[in-house]
Amino acid sequence: MKDNSDPKIIAFCCNWCSYAGADAAGTARLQVKPHFRIIRTMCSSRIDPELILESLKKGAWGVLIAGCHPGDCHYVNGNYKTQRRIALLRNLLDELGIEPKRVRLEWISANEGGKFQKVVNEFIDEITALGPLKIRT
Amino acid sequence: MKIGVYVCHCGGNISEVVNIKEVMAFAEKQGDVVMVKDHAHVCSDVGRNMVIEDIKVQGLDKVVVAACSPQFHGKTFMATVDKAGLNPYVMEMANIREQCSWPHYSLPEMATQKAKDIIHMAIAKVRLDEPLARKTSPIGKRVLVVGAGIAGIQAALDLGDAEFKVYLVEKEASIGGKMVKLARTFPTEDCAACILSPKMADVPANSNIELMTNAEIEEVKGYLGNYDITVLKRPRYVDIDKCTACNDCTDVCPVVVPNEHDEGLTSRKAIYIANPIAVPHAYILDDKSCLGLFPLACTKCFDACEPGAINYDEKPQRLHFTVDTIIVATGYDIFDAREKKVYNFGPAENIITALDMERMIVHEAEGSPIRDIGKRIAFIQCVGSRDEQAGNEYCSRICCMYATKLSQLMKRADPKRDVYVFYTDLRAYGKGFEEYYKRAANTGVKFVRGRVAELFEDPVTKKVLLKAEDTLSRQIIESEFDLVVLSVGMQPGEGTKKIADQLHLIKSPGGFLQEAHPKFRPVDTLTDGVFICGCAQGPKDIPDTVAQASAAAARAIRLMNKGEYEVDPITAIVDEDLCCGCGTCVSVCPYDAIKTEMRADKRVAKVNEILCQGCGSCSAACPSGASQQHWFRTHQLRAMITAALGQEES
Repeated sequence: MKDNSDPKIIAFCCNWCSYAGADAAGTARLQVKPHFRIIRTMCSSRIDPELILESLKKGAWGVLIAGCHPGDCHYVNGNYKTQRRIALLRNLLDELGIEPKRVRLEWISANEGGKFQKVVNEFIDEITALGPLKIRT
Repeated sequence: MKIGVYVCHCGGNISEVVNIKEVMAFAEKQGDVVMVKDHAHVCSDVGRNMVIEDIKVQGLDKVVVAACSPQFHGKTFMATVDKAGLNPYVMEMANIREQCSWPHYSLPEMATQKAKDIIHMAIAKVRLDEPLARKTSPIGKRVLVVGAGIAGIQAALDLGDAEFKVYLVEKEASIGGKMVKLARTFPTEDCAACILSPKMADVPANSNIELMTNAEIEEVKGYLGNYDITVLKRPRYVDIDKCTACNDCTDVCPVVVPNEHDEGLTSRKAIYIANPIAVPHAYILDDKSCLGLFPLACTKCFDACEPGAINYDEKPQRLHFTVDTIIVATGYDIFDAREKKVYNFGPAENIITALDMERMIVHEAEGSPIRDIGKRIAFIQCVGSRDEQAGNEYCSRICCMYATKLSQLMKRADPKRDVYVFYTDLRAYGKGFEEYYKRAANTGVKFVRGRVAELFEDPVTKKVLLKAEDTLSRQIIESEFDLVVLSVGMQPGEGTKKIADQLHLIKSPGGFLQEAHPKFRPVDTLTDGVFICGCAQGPKDIPDTVAQASAAAARAIRLMNKGEYEVDPITAIVDEDLCCGCGTCVSVCPYDAIKTEMRADKRVAKVNEILCQGCGSCSAACPSGASQQHWFRTHQLRAMITAALGQEES
């Protein structure tokens, strides 16, 4: 994703749910727009907001964080921590002049290949409309 | 550093979309990469030996396998590099199948570009991977089995026989589940109670099994090897050890309520025995229908009970114990036919469910028929199954064969009866099923391919008017029947939903519990040490349920038998030089795995690596970067971000 004419999205996916959900989309041969790159972590709560900011700084047009549905966290309550962190980060983004909707949090379970496809395609459309980050870092 | 990259064709699954040559040329240009090879199936014996050979001969110290998902063959390739003497954690998989060639097959050029990026990311990460030391943790031989239908009974007996300690928890007053209600089993037509009762009796006879009936799981805490269980045991008001099952209490009880064992077709008293072959074989007082316990409204049963087994003051009990593994066998509920409004189930007296019919056959065989069955009988298939309107897309798998069974039992009992089965597709997939179906057809049961559109009971004659289309002869059928039997499907039980929440188990789209892998890990779950079997996992018949239950027991034994298990070493780690002892990590850890303690001149965080499950919350929360997660260190994730965005390392 070198040139800046196509959207670039980093998707942080939880090993137990959305990473498997992305696999499920592929296994079902659901066609997903290809402009995203997945980074697997064991839990969405591993995602330090700095990693999201770093993604935007290095040229990502948007960042998706996908974790387990409320109540389904493999590690008791990691997704709730993620939810709070992302809410705070979005406030901060607003102050930095970055559209908060460039950072999206979604709950996608291991068998929701269809939801993975829908969320990613929608997000790519939204981010494409926004274009690259206007702020130069 | 010498990195080897292996690009898999996956027999065309990848190579038909992704341009392998282009991807290999890209990989060759990456720093530290000394070797790039491709193979039709890297996971094959030949493919794996190629990797092992290269590690040994070429001295590779890092490996990237660009193939399928790490969730599919991650373990395979970890074992492969291990065999060659490398640490399993210096191998990375680049998922270019599930997450590239498959979801982007319509865009091969972009898929090829994406495959390069995914490999670039894996190389960036593997470069920073460090060998992780293997750790083991002790594990005992204690198992909780939730649910004591045929699945739970079978699993408990297998485990008990193998000298494992079993806690078997059942919410009803007796074990036996749904099977205990059935008249006969297909395709052999064994009497269900006759084959089940010896197994039920084996449960209390097994000294390794501790049975708790009328009890539910209230809370589960902990993890593999250390699950703390709280069971709520509701009062039975009858001492199981003193009760002689003499029936004196039932005889004098003045309260009459519908009998659940007979699907409400007969009645029982407020103090009753759950079924004729109940285990434990003791009475139970139903406090919801009793005239009153607080204050006492009637003491007839107490007065009649000679052994003095009745205790109105019994209170709910909370039992606590620890187990190493858990088997979930919570079964199913039958589909509530009232939801299918066009079939008028409920108000109409001659429209019943197949389970009602099972009970009627049992009573008829015992010489005390519940009601007249009539001369014209119709079975309607797929009630609540394969029906998106009813919210259940799946096939319940048992209804075709139980209707085949019930219809021919009916016809054989009285050859003058007209028995019809209206089906969508007749699925006779199991051993002996097709033969059994043919036998039913030869007996004279008429199988009609067509979904029934509507049922209407005449308010005067009580005959049921059935409207359907015979899709083979393309004729509209409108006919009257004495009795219509709805072949209701299965749906996940309430108990299944509850335990799924308690254990964080994933549910399949139909609401049944999801297995870890549909082919190779059919009774495992993604929660370590938790196994599933029977209809909690999905609709199935008795032989499949029993097979799965034994499989779940075997998988649990496999984990516990060694006395220790290997712990994933991707735990948290604290750099004590950077740590300021603020305790933020302590507050976010869901396992109490981190404590702060004094070290020389300052307070630092300390991780208990056995308690740590490796979520990485602490690494994200640490303000100084002192807390890290093995295999997912911050600089590794950063390197992946950089690679994903096509940038060079800065």
